[in-house]
Amino acid sequence: MKRIIVSGFGGQGVISLGLMLSYAAMKENLNTSFLPSYGPEMRGGTANCSVVISESEVASPVISRPDILVAFNEPSLARFLPKLAEGGRVFAASSAKEEYLAGGNVCVVPVHELCGNNQKGQNIVMLGAVLSQASLSYKSAEEAVREVFKRKPQFVEANLSCLKAGYEFAKGLK
Amino acid sequence: MKKLMKGNEAVAEAAIAAGCRCFFGYPITPQNEVPEYMSWRLKEVGGSFVQAESEVSAINMVYGAAGAGVRSMTSSSSPGISLKQEGISYIAGAQVPCVIVNMMRAGPGLGGIQPSQSDYFQATKGGGHGDYHMLVYAPSSVQEAVDLTYKAFFRADYYRTPVMILGDGMLGQMMEPAEIPEAVDLSSLEPKPWAASGNNGGTQRVINSIYMSPDALEEHNAMLTRRYEEMAKVDVMSESYRTDDAEVVLVAYGIVARICKAAVDMLRESGVKAGLFRPVTVYPFPYEEIKKLADGKARKFISVELSCGQLIEDVKLGLYDSKNRPEVGIFARVGGNVMSPEEIADYVKSGRLSKSWIK
Repeated sequence: MKRIIVSGFGGQGVISLGLMLSYAAMKENLNTSFLPSYGPEMRGGTANCSVVISESEVASPVISRPDILVAFNEPSLARFLPKLAEGGRVFAASSAKEEYLAGGNVCVVPVHELCGNNQKGQNIVMLGAVLSQASLSYKSAEEAVREVFKRKPQFVEANLSCLKAGYEFAKGLK
Repeated sequence: MKKLMKGNEAVAEAAIAAGCRCFFGYPITPQNEVPEYMSWRLKEVGGSFVQAESEVSAINMVYGAAGAGVRSMTSSSSPGISLKQEGISYIAGAQVPCVIVNMMRAGPGLGGIQPSQSDYFQATKGGGHGDYHMLVYAPSSVQEAVDLTYKAFFRADYYRTPVMILGDGMLGQMMEPAEIPEAVDLSSLEPKPWAASGNNGGTQRVINSIYMSPDALEEHNAMLTRRYEEMAKVDVMSESYRTDDAEVVLVAYGIVARICKAAVDMLRESGVKAGLFRPVTVYPFPYEEIKKLADGKARKFISVELSCGQLIEDVKLGLYDSKNRPEVGIFARVGGNVMSPEEIADYVKSGRLSKSWIK
């Protein structure tokens, strides 16, 4: 079972990243739940979601101790890093402060650089980076991206290159 | 085929599959996806969607449409459901079948928009005036919300009663893979000879809840009571999880039961014989089933709820004459906070059994 918390500012694609993780899990016939925070969220405010991926039925969709934390900003690290499960893994956007990035389990993903011309694809870069730790295949994630962008087909290819960039960056991670 | 669906949208699509053709509602977080979905979906199937000017208006539109024999639904969240109570009482009195969805948020008053179970009394004990009940389903997953919403329309028609789907903000907002049942063929449904759908030269049909003669009203109340007694025999549903040898039983419904399931697994791993009892119908409450657990090995029951001590009353009612005299306590988070599996497991391990939810 993988318990994943994705957190960042509203508008960074936090919710759609979580959604794509759940879609990818579904493509692999795994059980999954996706639970978004739903306060008075807005662009620039905070947003997070909890994704559980499991071979057996998902018990609690509420995650108190994530196995994987995907953090797009410092408030997210400050809030969720202390809750990380033993042996858990953190994926942090490169803009975070040094003090949060010291631990050996933190993988800093240079999302700005990796998404090239498609700066809105930072969350897709992260999706690619997280895949192997979440035990999801590249192919399922590709299908998830196509699914989420099916009404905006003009963005699919650019996002798939972001996915690839993130995946290549982190695939060697132990 | 399974689709990743939001609880609110899944409930709406399940209603369509069950033949719901009229929806009346008024916006309120966290259930807005239900009316949003219905606003375009009903049009596709030739139904009607109205965003009413208030919840009071919406429930009375349901009364009218369902009284004309159309499968009808409304949805809201706690403060909006309070506004509907007068209409629900009339609908129950007039024996009109319909489905009401409550995705609960924390109260009292406007409260907040985060998940809660604080409308338990209102839903199960008759929220409006007069002696009536609804059949109340409390789904704990998106798939179960689909299955129970579908079923709700059929049970509503069978008993000619309002049926409530009692969820919470979390169930409404979360997404899980779910499969929608095949759409019902409307022409296959039982005719409704009581419906006020135009008499076409036949006998006059009246939908009403007024009985000025005490004897007639007493007889009417007796008829309704017999229905509730039948529900208690036929419709009661519950799930027991790892209860066979359980000494401590957590009692929870809806999304909280999922969290308890994870807590039970944790407790089992550390050698505590814990189990979970989950009412699926909260009215009728599975009193007999919970009592059976006390006849076995269970001596401690902990009501785990997002309310200040509501579910625990039915737990106690179920156990009050149990010869083994089990103890009953409560563990709760309220105000929109939700407990984690670890919090529940730690509480159980502490051996405490609180009489009040306040720590």
